[in-house]
Amino acid sequence: MPVIQFREALNQAMCEEMDRNPDVFLMGEEVAEYDGAYKVSQGMLARFGPMRVVDSPISETGFAGLGVGAAMVGMRPIIEFMTFSFSLVSFDQVVNNAPKVRHMSGGQMSVPIVFRGISGPGQQLGATHSWTVDAIYTHVPGLKVVIPSTPYDAKGLLKTAIRDDDPVIFLENESMYGNRGEVPEEEYLIEFGKADIKRSGTDCTVVAYGHTCLTALAAAEELEKAHGISVEVIDLRTLRPMDTETIIQSVKKTGYCVTVEEGYPTCGIGSEIAAQVHEHCFDDLDNSVVRVAALDVPMPYSKPLLQHVVPGTARVADAIKKAIYFDK
Amino acid sequence: MVLIRQFELRCAQSYQQQKIGGFCHLYVGQEAVAVGSIAAVRKDDYVITAYRDHGHAIAKGMDIHPLFAELYGKKTGCSHGKGGSMHFFDREKFFFGGHAIVGAHIPLAAGLGWSVKYRKEDRVVLCYFGDGAMNQGAFHEALNLAGLFKLPCIFMVENNGYGMGTHLHRASAVTDLKLRTADAYGIPGKDVDGMDCLAMYKMVSSAAEYCRQGNGSIFLDVKTYRYRGHSMSDPQKYRTREEVAQYQQHDPIGRMEKYLQEKNLIDDAKITGIAEEIHHQVEEAHNRADADPYPELDDVWTDIYAQPYGPYRL
Repeated sequence: MPVIQFREALNQAMCEEMDRNPDVFLMGEEVAEYDGAYKVSQGMLARFGPMRVVDSPISETGFAGLGVGAAMVGMRPIIEFMTFSFSLVSFDQVVNNAPKVRHMSGGQMSVPIVFRGISGPGQQLGATHSWTVDAIYTHVPGLKVVIPSTPYDAKGLLKTAIRDDDPVIFLENESMYGNRGEVPEEEYLIEFGKADIKRSGTDCTVVAYGHTCLTALAAAEELEKAHGISVEVIDLRTLRPMDTETIIQSVKKTGYCVTVEEGYPTCGIGSEIAAQVHEHCFDDLDNSVVRVAALDVPMPYSKPLLQHVVPGTARVADAIKKAIYFDK
Repeated sequence: MVLIRQFELRCAQSYQQQKIGGFCHLYVGQEAVAVGSIAAVRKDDYVITAYRDHGHAIAKGMDIHPLFAELYGKKTGCSHGKGGSMHFFDREKFFFGGHAIVGAHIPLAAGLGWSVKYRKEDRVVLCYFGDGAMNQGAFHEALNLAGLFKLPCIFMVENNGYGMGTHLHRASAVTDLKLRTADAYGIPGKDVDGMDCLAMYKMVSSAAEYCRQGNGSIFLDVKTYRYRGHSMSDPQKYRTREEVAQYQQHDPIGRMEKYLQEKNLIDDAKITGIAEEIHHQVEEAHNRADADPYPELDDVWTDIYAQPYGPYRL
């Protein structure tokens, strides 16, 4: 099976869907002539031409809204935000127009649009460029929120997102674009709302997604080697819909649950998972759910401060040990 | 125009009777804008507007019964009672709403225009907004894109002089609004008398021709006036009764009647007949909507996702 980069998997997904459906187009800042700020759309302008791979001005409200309008008549825009930190400039278009037109029109028209780009703390970019937007958008009825952790998932989920008839927020991570993984040559799709158990275990359930899935897997491996602790890592893959059933089944088996996210703990994804777990697995739990998240502060610039704020392997490992009362 | 006028007056009554909730922005006085412009384009041309949307919906051919039903929050409403006064939609009539955040639908109009250009269709987009919207970022971003990509859109500011209670002169640094698009975004602008239905018809006919020929967008500063408040809950302390009365002398319906009489196309009896006929039509639609059932409570879970994946009920 070919091994390709995360960015190539995304590129393949977009190219295949554009070949399949002439109504699919890509628009965003620097996606065409520059070949993508992070080279995700490399070569696409040459292949599809300037009507289908479109450089937009720095005008998030304008091009996000343009995408929504085009989607209302059945086009399938892929709108790239250079980073989802900039999506906040067009917040009204993303949370008001995209997910509510269907509702307010009594189901008369859908908005099959994909907003994609990077989310997460990044490399010392300071507070305004370091948003982790997953919880913000997962809060909104009418949106679907997708966040892959491997090239395989990235391709399958993006193809599903482009074919989906509802607005999809597709979150990527700058530090993962160069990650490699096996991606089959034959076509496949990954259904929304199906979590993937990335590592099976019996002592503790860790629920993670996107970049934090890699952190959780590293922590799990470390604990296995050092202490023989068997950790199960669930990769949610989509936050809305969220596969709570897989979480519940795992927690019923292990009796412990840790959540990991790079966003803020207050009203975060971990808060939602903890509520669901306490609601559905109260009698199976041997401890309360432990949440790992960024510290509840704006992202600092300085490297040691940033590393202190964003959860790394050590914090996840400590949280697992705390959750299962492991005190060696 | 008479249908819109009578529909709106019935709405005012229903609002006072608390049959209509939320905000309700009446189109009384501005009828010639929607009627003249929509009559000048084809049935399958796209229309999108802001929250003062009753007139455009009717001019685009929507039946008034589902409109009353929507206002009364009934299941038979055009949006099943999910949208209300500010969110009328009709996909089959190519009417794309009804949008309540000031200026936020103008980028959507650019998107409709983009789809027309992309698919090489012979279509134009009529996009309406108030003078208050012209100071929103969304307006400027959308017009820049429309100018840049040469999209077939007619942007019409329904310039009734007030953004809610704030006069244009207290809101805009430049009050000759067409100057704000021509140099800035390469979109030529023209003034038009929005109290004159025929002037609207002529102006939009030529604007649509300009757009269809691939020249890009047009901006129209439509001078109009609303007789009623910004919404039903507006005490109108910012203007005098005399000012309103002065504009009413140029009433678009009165002007049209006068024009038709001068051309011997209509007489007093016919005018009275039309008014009575429409009065019955409005009352019948209102009564029917009033008697219609409310949605089922479980209907809150529908019309959210095209591909639902199970309800989110905690």
